[in-house]
Amino acid sequence: MQRRDFLSFTGLGLAGLALPYGRAIAAEALLEPADLARRRRLADTALNAAREGGADYCDVRIGRYLRQSVVTREAQVRNIVNGESAGVGIRVLSQGAWGFAATDASTPDAVAAATRQALAIARANARIQTRKVELAPVAGVGETRWATPLRKNAMAVPIKEKVELLLGVNAAALKAGADYVNSTLFVINEQKYFASSDGSYIDQDIHRIWLPLTATAVDKASGKFRTRDGLSAPMGMGYEYLDADPAGKVALPGGLTGYGRSYDVMEDAVAAAKHARAKLKAPSVKSGKYDLVLDPSNLFLTIHENVGHPLELDRVLGYEANYAGTSFATLDKREQGYRYGSERVNFVADKTRPGSLGAVGYDDEGVKTREWDLIRDGILVDYQATRDEAHLLGHKQSHGCSYADSWSSVQFQRMANVSLKPGKQPLSVAEMIKGVERGLYVHGRGSYSIDQQRYNAQFGGQLFYEIRNGQVAGMVEDAAYQIRTPEFWNACVAVCDERDFRLGGSFFDGKGQPSQVSAVSHGSSTTRFNGVNIINTARAL
Amino acid sequence: MSIFTEAEAKAILDKVLALSKADECTATLTGSIAGNIRFALNNVSTSGIVSNSNLAVQSAFGNRVGTASINEFDDAALERVVRRAEDLARLAPENPEFMPAIDKQSYKPSPTFSASTAAITPEFRAQVAADSIAPCREGKLTAAGFLEDGQSFVAVANSKGNFGYQQATNFDYTCTVRTDDGRGSGWVGRNLKDASEFKADNEVRIAMRKATESAEAKALEPGKYTVILEPAAAAGLISFMMNFFDARQADEGRSFLSKKGGGNKLGEQVYDPRVNISADPWDPRAPVLPWDAQGLAREKMSVVENGKVAALDYSRFWAKKQGKRAVGTPGNLLMAGGDKSTAELIKGTQKGILVTRTWYIRMVDPQTVLLTGLTRDGTFYIENGVIKHPVKNFRFNESPVIMLNNIEELGRPVRVAGDESSFVMMIPPMKLRDFTFTSLSDAV
Repeated sequence: MQRRDFLSFTGLGLAGLALPYGRAIAAEALLEPADLARRRRLADTALNAAREGGADYCDVRIGRYLRQSVVTREAQVRNIVNGESAGVGIRVLSQGAWGFAATDASTPDAVAAATRQALAIARANARIQTRKVELAPVAGVGETRWATPLRKNAMAVPIKEKVELLLGVNAAALKAGADYVNSTLFVINEQKYFASSDGSYIDQDIHRIWLPLTATAVDKASGKFRTRDGLSAPMGMGYEYLDADPAGKVALPGGLTGYGRSYDVMEDAVAAAKHARAKLKAPSVKSGKYDLVLDPSNLFLTIHENVGHPLELDRVLGYEANYAGTSFATLDKREQGYRYGSERVNFVADKTRPGSLGAVGYDDEGVKTREWDLIRDGILVDYQATRDEAHLLGHKQSHGCSYADSWSSVQFQRMANVSLKPGKQPLSVAEMIKGVERGLYVHGRGSYSIDQQRYNAQFGGQLFYEIRNGQVAGMVEDAAYQIRTPEFWNACVAVCDERDFRLGGSFFDGKGQPSQVSAVSHGSSTTRFNGVNIINTARAL
Repeated sequence: MSIFTEAEAKAILDKVLALSKADECTATLTGSIAGNIRFALNNVSTSGIVSNSNLAVQSAFGNRVGTASINEFDDAALERVVRRAEDLARLAPENPEFMPAIDKQSYKPSPTFSASTAAITPEFRAQVAADSIAPCREGKLTAAGFLEDGQSFVAVANSKGNFGYQQATNFDYTCTVRTDDGRGSGWVGRNLKDASEFKADNEVRIAMRKATESAEAKALEPGKYTVILEPAAAAGLISFMMNFFDARQADEGRSFLSKKGGGNKLGEQVYDPRVNISADPWDPRAPVLPWDAQGLAREKMSVVENGKVAALDYSRFWAKKQGKRAVGTPGNLLMAGGDKSTAELIKGTQKGILVTRTWYIRMVDPQTVLLTGLTRDGTFYIENGVIKHPVKNFRFNESPVIMLNNIEELGRPVRVAGDESSFVMMIPPMKLRDFTFTSLSDAV
């Protein structure tokens, strides 16, 4: 997550007026339905203007992006932001080059003018283009709809209820020993109307939710402070994710809890406070080689960084070379049957898993979403592609990986959900730990950094417990694992079975220029890696 | 139309204030036209123009506050947004940290607008791409780059009589050049006020040279090295650290600027005495708006003076609570240095490593601001004042606090933009001893 995206979302760093406090009736305003007939007319205005201007292809996204955040610390609400952004983005293909223009004026005249502007840009670019854009075919689907399956629309839950929940959580953490606590609720609703010259008019209603928290413990005498973040995952769900359903969690060794399709924020806040206090006294880790047992709440981010990103085809080809970088997983490796990991390593990509952040009916190019294999029995077999990339893989259809974070952003290749398949043999977490002589059991996302080709990575965590002779021993501090991607996945010796499968996710994944965010989930069961390098991160100033 | 003149903006804001029935009303009107072009594999990949405008109105009854925004500006729309903000304020819970609207400020205009940058056309952008790509094609190299430019305005007003209006432009170019075999990579970045100073075909040569010269990289053992960080490489670490100059965090004991036993390190020697960091919205090299996100007037101020912490960032609430004067949060970061260029620093170095750029910087431990990240796009070994050979990229684990206590020499500051920072910066190249590289990266 990028700091500036967080600041922008929460209104804490707005370049204009800082939004200090929001509204109790906002949820109602956020529930106003969009007018389908009006959007269809606007879309046709753009499609007609593009056709009249000689475009070979055109797509129009009429978007209404609603974001709500409730930001608290201790007994105070720092900010409530109800953001609405609406407008029209038009992309045209002309003479083999793309042009894009967007306008916040949702009138036929403005949309027609923006379409002509997009055409002019495409033609200016076509003059220096040596390789023409080639689109994988998509059959128009006519008028259709898709919506995130919800039990309780979070936008419809009164602000008062959300404030009470967060302030209650904060009070519980303070009572349990935290000196400070921050908690935030993010709710997103993307209302996207997509139309294209292929003959599709797709109306989608997409919902996401996240409740991150941080408990801080301070020892003023020594000047030491420690934090423990919450262990929830952002989800493509409604408010039902916060219903603390006991069936949605699992009890884990060391007295820890794993959260699946339901999050008990109160319970986790109390645990976070206690853990933050315990971290003040935990011994510093001894650096060296350890066997790692990684909980899905930690492993998801490693998967994101060193499997999800390197298998994005635009990176592999060099389209992201100037910013996010390229990839070590070059196309020739797929041809050669490159061994990415051990035979226990199977990765699947999807945009369909219920409850995941990436789940949609159609992507932002009107492609119906699906699931496909990326790594099979440790061998690299495929990438993630959009319409203008699919032919480079010899595919006749796109994977449906196109996404734009706003009506004002041009769509491009973004990561699908990328998940490690559970082990085929029955294996519980307790059984996995029983077989470890000297190891570390890691929970939660911590610091993360990886190079521009996705070889060298360093990850922290929220909780590191030593494993000695098959038992979870005490907590240790100042640990991070430093890895090289292929060695790491080849050191994977065991994956717990599907009973332990849980999703983690990245709510603000940054990519592209101008930078755009997307949200994506990564599932796994607890997984063991042998002989991983652990560094000690303690320093003295 | 997204860019309003001062008179047009004032007319809209005056209407908003006249419509207000709240105890206090603050309004901000913004507009922008942003253009960009992106190229990769020696071809244009995406290019676009986005125009946007917004009016945000904040109303307060006592310490209850409501905010609403709109992007239509006729009389009915203005009435609607004001009433909506007021309705929300009446329903809002009391805010114990509420601060009244700011008093009338005196904003001295800063030179943030460039006519040549505002006049950029799609053809200009296409030409920048063409001028970056052509020499690379000729040299059997591959260019990927990005130009983002724009013009914008911000107008602020409140019921205490405050008003400000200013236009600004922005221009930022970056280009990565790679050898066709993927073994060499070089980078150049230019953040400018005035687009007429920019020549893509000159700038791209820097990235081309670094790409070619970095192709035969040798592996050095990780460890502590004397490094020369080019301004872009240093900017990532220093701007990251500056995000943690918050006074409240320090007073609460959860910052590297917290003092053992309580309190903060304001006035204390934290860095080498040669470290001087200041902010000045009127600095002609890196001007920014003369007010911050709250509308508070910015001032010319020292942030670090001779290595001592000279200013922490006090929110208006925390300043009042601590008996301090709140000033506008800095928008630029001006680090002083010497007269030498990077090339001259290299000349005076017996053994060391030159770092073009740092990448993916993240906090490892907030207690010590220990940051990790990697070198990228041109890392070279220096011996006896000359670059001997390229070296493989490193991962570092280093604290900017430790780094700024290990200064050998500072060079001449240049204007840079950070990958993940909103500061407009002047940062010198810096020669530092004992910089900690913890592992090697195979990435090019």
